[in-house]
Amino acid sequence: MSDLTKSEHVTPPGASDPLSVGERELDRFPNPGLPEHKHRLSDESEAGSKRVERQIVILFVLSLLASIGGVVGYFAFPVGVTLGSVQASTLSIGLGLGVGMLGIGIAAVHWAKALMSDVEQVDERHAQRSDDATRAAAVQALKDGADDSRIARRPVLKGALVSAVAVAPLAFVVPLVGNLGGDWNVSKFRYTMWGPGVRLARDPDGGLIRPEQVTIGSVWHVIPDGLLGSEHMLEEKAKAVVLMVRMNPTELTEAPERADWSWDGIVAYSKVCTHVGCPVALYEQQTHHLLCPCHQSTFDVSDGAKVVFGPAKRALPQLPITVDDEGYLVARSDFTEMVGPSTWERERYTDLPVSDEEKAH
Amino acid sequence: MSTTTPLAKAAGGTADFFDTRVGAGKMVKEFARKVFPDHWSFLLGEIALYSFVVLLLTGTFLTMFFVPSMTEVHYPEDALPVAMRGVEMSEAFASTLNMSFHVRGGLLMRQIHHWAALLFMASIVTHMMRVFFTGAFRKPRELNWVVGFTILILGLAAGFTGYSLPDDVLSGNGLRITDGVVKSIPVIGSYMSFMIFGGEFPGTEIIPRLFTAHILLVPALILALIAVHLVLIVVHKHTQYPGPGRSNRNVVGYPLFPVYVAKAGGFFFVVFGVLAIMGATLAINSVWAYGPYDPSPVGAGAQPDWYMLFLEGSLRLMPGQPEFVIAGYTISLNVLIPAVVIPGLLFTALAAYPFLEAWVTGDKREHHVLDRPRNVPTRTGVGVAILTAFIILVLAGSNDILATHFNLSINSITWVFRFLFFAGPVIAFIVTKRLCLALQRRDRELVLHGHETGRVVRFASGEYIEVHQPLTDHERWLLVGHEPVRPLEIGPGENERGVARPAYKKAVRRSKLSNFFFADRVEPVTPSELAASHGHGEHEEIESAESNEGLLTNASTRG
Ligand code: HEM
Ligand code: FES
Repeated sequence: MSDLTKSEHVTPPGASDPLSVGERELDRFPNPGLPEHKHRLSDESEAGSKRVERQIVILFVLSLLASIGGVVGYFAFPVGVTLGSVQASTLSIGLGLGVGMLGIGIAAVHWAKALMSDVEQVDERHAQRSDDATRAAAVQALKDGADDSRIARRPVLKGALVSAVAVAPLAFVVPLVGNLGGDWNVSKFRYTMWGPGVRLARDPDGGLIRPEQVTIGSVWHVIPDGLLGSEHMLEEKAKAVVLMVRMNPTELTEAPERADWSWDGIVAYSKVCTHVGCPVALYEQQTHHLLCPCHQSTFDVSDGAKVVFGPAKRALPQLPITVDDEGYLVARSDFTEMVGPSTWERERYTDLPVSDEEKAH
Repeated sequence: MSTTTPLAKAAGGTADFFDTRVGAGKMVKEFARKVFPDHWSFLLGEIALYSFVVLLLTGTFLTMFFVPSMTEVHYPEDALPVAMRGVEMSEAFASTLNMSFHVRGGLLMRQIHHWAALLFMASIVTHMMRVFFTGAFRKPRELNWVVGFTILILGLAAGFTGYSLPDDVLSGNGLRITDGVVKSIPVIGSYMSFMIFGGEFPGTEIIPRLFTAHILLVPALILALIAVHLVLIVVHKHTQYPGPGRSNRNVVGYPLFPVYVAKAGGFFFVVFGVLAIMGATLAINSVWAYGPYDPSPVGAGAQPDWYMLFLEGSLRLMPGQPEFVIAGYTISLNVLIPAVVIPGLLFTALAAYPFLEAWVTGDKREHHVLDRPRNVPTRTGVGVAILTAFIILVLAGSNDILATHFNLSINSITWVFRFLFFAGPVIAFIVTKRLCLALQRRDRELVLHGHETGRVVRFASGEYIEVHQPLTDHERWLLVGHEPVRPLEIGPGENERGVARPAYKKAVRRSKLSNFFFADRVEPVTPSELAASHGHGEHEEIESAESNEGLLTNASTRG
């Protein structure tokens, strides 16, 4: 146990020695030092190392062949003809590339492990901190520089420098950010293509819909007539998509002020989830529940599309509908509130009568 | 030097050319034989680096054929795949189809690129776990932890922007969700949405903008930070696992040239090779199966890439109630909390952890020898707790898949996860910490009693004991080499003259946290304990040196 007593005489290192971890305790075991090096088979026998060399060469040759195979695959298989040929091309080039790379990689690693010297080496570490003289010299260098700049006791110069540097980027940033938002007219969120008399059409083909086509229990994905081919088609569609369901009028709970928003058990609701905007597309006929596939907000279509589960708070906005002179389903007006996810100012838009003039812009 | 062969002559000439111009000799002398320690877990960071290189290479290939435009076109009637003929779509989507079916190797490169992206993120996360659980982030490496953390965040940005480029139904829905989250930001939400999309969602600007971010801004930042990350590794020298002969004052391993050049260089080819074979054989993101973006359809069971699932799960778990209207303005906490607050807290905790731990230990020294996770039970527990929270969110992000797979109701799964999100990390912390302490006790036992040999002898007294074989010095070192960390002690609240010390309150808080970290601990066996246990005979109860039994009171002395 002579080692143990020896360690007891080790004085605790100075607090300033940043590398002294593990040396603080007085009563501690000494580090036994590196274990003796064990030789590998290939170090000891010429035959062993010859065999390793052969393995490595085989791997390099395999890589070589595979890479050539990849190039051959490029020429051999045309693409754009059949799915099979696309697959053959992908597979042959990919395997050629992959095995070509893998061969080199495994060969190099094997070489390093089995043939290169595996005698462990030791480097010393030094603390990151510069020594005191260097630190002092650094401080002096900065001081000298500051003196040379003649900035000391010139507050106006300092202030002018800081202000100029702070303001200069604005001439870059303002045009950048200013242009990013287009016309910045965020009240566009409020309006959709729906309006009095706009006919309901089938998504995606645009066919018009008569109420008698809508059987009880069926679900219809609906867009406004005139959407297809219109100018801002995707933006308008993203707001205007509607899901229409017909159910037995006795199953339907309707708020009195919305009594004339449905047509003989046919109700239409915005398909844009009030959570963060996914299309609410999964309808379960028995429960009349409408499920958003993104985060599973569940809305009860038989009861004002109110939220029954999930992260959405608000009911889906209802599209008031009726039937026009020609017997097609039409909207009575636009939605009476903003569709889709909540925004800070959405309440501002709720239940405002929307003038055509406002809508025009 | 006598140069004999023409090759050697040429090499000498080249060396001279560079040395006389950039002083190459000094650099080679400095770096060629630099020692790096070896461990499989050090490969995780390398995998991240190499998959990034693969991303750069395959990404460059893709830029040659991808058209970042949202102009609507009709897919040609004679092109593959048949299902897309004549369909209206953006040029971005059309060019993705075209490069997949009409460019030789195009589909391969897309698939390698996507697999490399998944591997990149997976290796960053596991690399980060290695660094965390071994304490490699301690001084002087805190800044490099922050650099690595920033690369993780940028990796999320790279993955998200790339995933959104093909403009298919899935990626469009991802953008739709982003739009919804952005709109929920108080006051400026609507304007932020306009700023991102150049007007109303989806607009015609978002794909070109994402493209610039994806192929220029984000990769350039990642590349710059990777350079900083690697320079700092060289400056600090790599940490090493504890072992005989290794100390805080040395680094034990193999020289850069030739061993690491061969191993690390070879490993790049291995990573590239594996990714290429994956790209050749495993289909990923076959966008023609979903179709071009259209705001109307969406498939159930569609999943984002795995590294985005935690956000999806967070959004799914949140109940909808906390959306309020105050003075006519809407505050959607049902979106802000899961999409901004919770990830913000988890990520901030992760980024700030090294500084927190440094404050708690009060240790100002450098640490170059890694911890065995069991020897720092509280840190290990905290790490597992954070990880548990992330994993629960990821699982919650797949709750629909879990529901259909196991035939459960989504509502009940969601409720279970809501509960687990709060209880899981706490349980994980307690269990992990207990487990670490138990492992440390086992280590002590092994040091004090040696290996069991299975050989039983009988004393003259009639007593049976099992013979234990003492550990060798080398075996023992791994179990006793670490330094115990004890809670900080604070002095009295008043100085000698009875005047209250100014920063006393802060010191109390600090010591409380320090107690939380280090009060429960098992200290390594000391030589005198070992000697005492031999003196008392092998088969006696070991004395446990746990502080909660009041054995240790000495305060730590540190600079
Ligand atoms: C920094 C790490 C990167 C990550 C995590 C990443 C991730 C992704 C992902 C997930 C995709 C979707 C692929 C698909 O269609 O299935 C993608 C697409 C793409 N990436 Fe990257 N990428 C990275 C770097 C780069 C770089 C450096 C470039 C160019 C130099 C690039 C160019 C592209 C292009 C052009 C596409 C669109 C091609 C397509 O969708 O078919 N990427 N990226
Ligand atoms: S978008 Fe519908 S639940 Fe989240």
